[in-house]
Amino acid sequence: MADSGLSVDTKREERPKWDNKVQYLLTCIGFAVGLGNVWRFPYLCQIYGGGAFLIPYLIALVFEGLPLLYLELAIGQRLRMGSIGVWNAITPFLGGVGIASMIVSFLVGLFYNTILAWVLWYFFHSFQDPLPWAECPINANHTGYVTECVESTPVNYFWYRQTLNISPNIETSGSLQWWIVVCLGTAWLIVYICFIRGIETIGKAVYVTATFPYLVLTIFLVRALTLPGASTGLVYLFTPDWEKMKNPQMWLDAATQIFFSLSLAFGGLISFSSYNPETNNCERDAVLVGVINSATSIYASIPIFAILGFKANSNLISCLEGNILALTNAFNIGDQNITVDNYDQWFEDLNGTYPDKVFSLNLKHCSLQTFLQESASGTGLAFIVFTEAVKEMPGSQVWAVLFFIMLFSLGLSSMFGNLEGILSPLRELHMVPSWIPKELFTAFICMLSFLVALIFTMSSGNYWLEIFNSYVGSIPLLIIAFFEIIAVVYVYGMKRFGDDILFMTGRQPNIFWKACWMVISPVMLIVVLVAYVAIQVQVEPSYAAWNPDFEGFPQFDVQPYPQWVFAICILLSTVPVISIPLVALYHFILWAKRRRSSQRHRNRAIPYDNGGYVMHS
Amino acid sequence: MLSLLLLCLALAPAPTLAQDPTPALVLAPAQDLCKPETSNAYKVRISVKTALGDQAYEWNESETFLFRATIAFAMRQHFDTETYNVSSVLVCNETRRVSFWFVVTSPEDQSVLVDKDQVERAIRKYRHRINNVFLLTDRTLEFLGIPPTFATPVNPDTPAWLIVFGVVIGLVCAGIVALLVSSVLQRKRKKSGTAGEEEEGKPVKVENGIACENLEGVHNGAFTDDDRFTKM
Repeated sequence: MADSGLSVDTKREERPKWDNKVQYLLTCIGFAVGLGNVWRFPYLCQIYGGGAFLIPYLIALVFEGLPLLYLELAIGQRLRMGSIGVWNAITPFLGGVGIASMIVSFLVGLFYNTILAWVLWYFFHSFQDPLPWAECPINANHTGYVTECVESTPVNYFWYRQTLNISPNIETSGSLQWWIVVCLGTAWLIVYICFIRGIETIGKAVYVTATFPYLVLTIFLVRALTLPGASTGLVYLFTPDWEKMKNPQMWLDAATQIFFSLSLAFGGLISFSSYNPETNNCERDAVLVGVINSATSIYASIPIFAILGFKANSNLISCLEGNILALTNAFNIGDQNITVDNYDQWFEDLNGTYPDKVFSLNLKHCSLQTFLQESASGTGLAFIVFTEAVKEMPGSQVWAVLFFIMLFSLGLSSMFGNLEGILSPLRELHMVPSWIPKELFTAFICMLSFLVALIFTMSSGNYWLEIFNSYVGSIPLLIIAFFEIIAVVYVYGMKRFGDDILFMTGRQPNIFWKACWMVISPVMLIVVLVAYVAIQVQVEPSYAAWNPDFEGFPQFDVQPYPQWVFAICILLSTVPVISIPLVALYHFILWAKRRRSSQRHRNRAIPYDNGGYVMHS
Repeated sequence: MLSLLLLCLALAPAPTLAQDPTPALVLAPAQDLCKPETSNAYKVRISVKTALGDQAYEWNESETFLFRATIAFAMRQHFDTETYNVSSVLVCNETRRVSFWFVVTSPEDQSVLVDKDQVERAIRKYRHRINNVFLLTDRTLEFLGIPPTFATPVNPDTPAWLIVFGVVIGLVCAGIVALLVSSVLQRKRKKSGTAGEEEEGKPVKVENGIACENLEGVHNGAFTDDDRFTKM
């Protein structure tokens, strides 16, 4: 069973090749560096005590991220096939791993591109003066501002009402929002045009999509550092809080962040490296991609936090100015006699002399710490917190446009990897007749994904997207990665893999890599998986709904998931990985049948069936 | 007679900041009309420093006079009568904040106040002119109780975002069409190229089903890693 015929390239059709090494590296870096680097890593840094988070993060990178990355790139380059072909070639019993990767890539691609559609929507709206999320719109009879907007904030209103038109709970599906459908269609068309000729066009597209974000981050860095309050934000971010390191959740989040950040177990990296020449130094590539990914995360968090510091500062000043106005009006003090600087002194004086009157004003308590701690990750960071900061910056349109183009190119280069993880296995399954040109097939897949992703354009779309994000993009990937590492190290054999690497890079993998592959990484994966499931099981799954009729509005209305929704969540976690045992079972049955029939043959004294080669189905 | 006059002068209230020189007898009852918190009085709050910063002007008597004149102007324009005067507008309870109350007396009878609603309508109609006289805005020249007027939202025929969307989608579709057409042309050229070759070399030497041209042979999958041994 072990010595299967490893086909290198028996097809008449020539396997596509990268034009040069730079394209390959940029594609891998683009796939790894995605939206999560910008909006998840800074958030984790913030809640886990700033600089202290870097320690578990770097440990996870070195012992979990880099070994898995190296493994995927090496196996893809050696066996020169996409995810299904590779695992089938190692052993047909684990062919299900490839199918699982493909399903996960498809499901993740669905919601990831919807986020890009939202980014496009904001991008289209950044060309207006004033920005549409800067002010509340006026209501129908021109008597005041729209109530929902007044009660929350213009930024929230624009996101929840004018973009998503969100329903008050997940059961209310609402209708398809045509403007989001239009943006989604545009996003898929853009993905299609970049992917139209496979890596030939991707290779050209990544020159822009992988490098442009760095340019924008640098521009933002320079701008952000000159804003007032930037240093407060940076100090807050990087001041380590060593106490937090005792929290096991921190280590778990560091491990999962590294794992998802490197886009492992999607199958895309295996496909991309299979287009390399055989003697490419994949060890150096893996280390390079891994280190650049982490460095990008750290580099991105600097301008993000400078801008968040600026926003906290602006919020503090607005809060103080509101209080100042209340005091000035109530006590008839001269205009601008109370300023932000002497506010505390005036407040003490007035509170000392007229405590009742001051109390009746219901002044807000303005603290910079409170504003700094308003953390957000994910879409909340990009579409609420950051847009609020941008509207205060002079020349807001320019910054908004730059920011959303950066987000779009970050996400687009990750979508390439997702799409590759779908198309490449499908071709290997021979489900596509060879006379269909790849342009047509790619168009078909894009169209199918667009139609399925219309779920996310309904009023309840955002709630469904959160579900997909939490349940598809987490546990299945961990399981797939675990089976990948077991398949290569224990089924394919460490010795054989070591010889392959000797052939490809010119030297055997050193003791560090071997130790990680054989022991450390699988153990870490198991621990992370078990801990993750344990934590998920303890908490009753609930979601935060935006409900204008809720009493505590503008607070979120936290609701538990209904039973049928929860069933779908479980399905999303299990369906991708169920192919692993199913395929193993299927091959086991075949093997058992063959053994029984060969035993029968042996009993009739027919030549001995040499099990030395296995017939591929 | 003299004692009566003396009595009236004694009863007359002390001159306030906003008093214009009219006979005390006529003024006394009218000034009483301007009381804060009464049904026909409006409170005004002015924040010059907030609005103008460094270029702020001092609020003094003359500014109050201008204010009264402006309100009188608004009343004149709105009711289309020329009988309102600066004296019709009475101001009282000025504070350092710069806030005060004012009332408008009817031009026919100085002891009767004009209705609050009517004053409001006049002010709303000419709010913009009143603001501009003082270089202020609806928020810095507040009439408590009169909500600020909202500029009619500008609704362009094509929302701006559709224009940007149109540009992007046009470029993308043009690109897709161009790439597809060039792919089709490439494929046609390849087909006609190989067709040309086939017509020439019909009798091809074949051995064991493999054309002699394919000297590399067919890869036998039964052997693994044979590349390692053949490379020199």
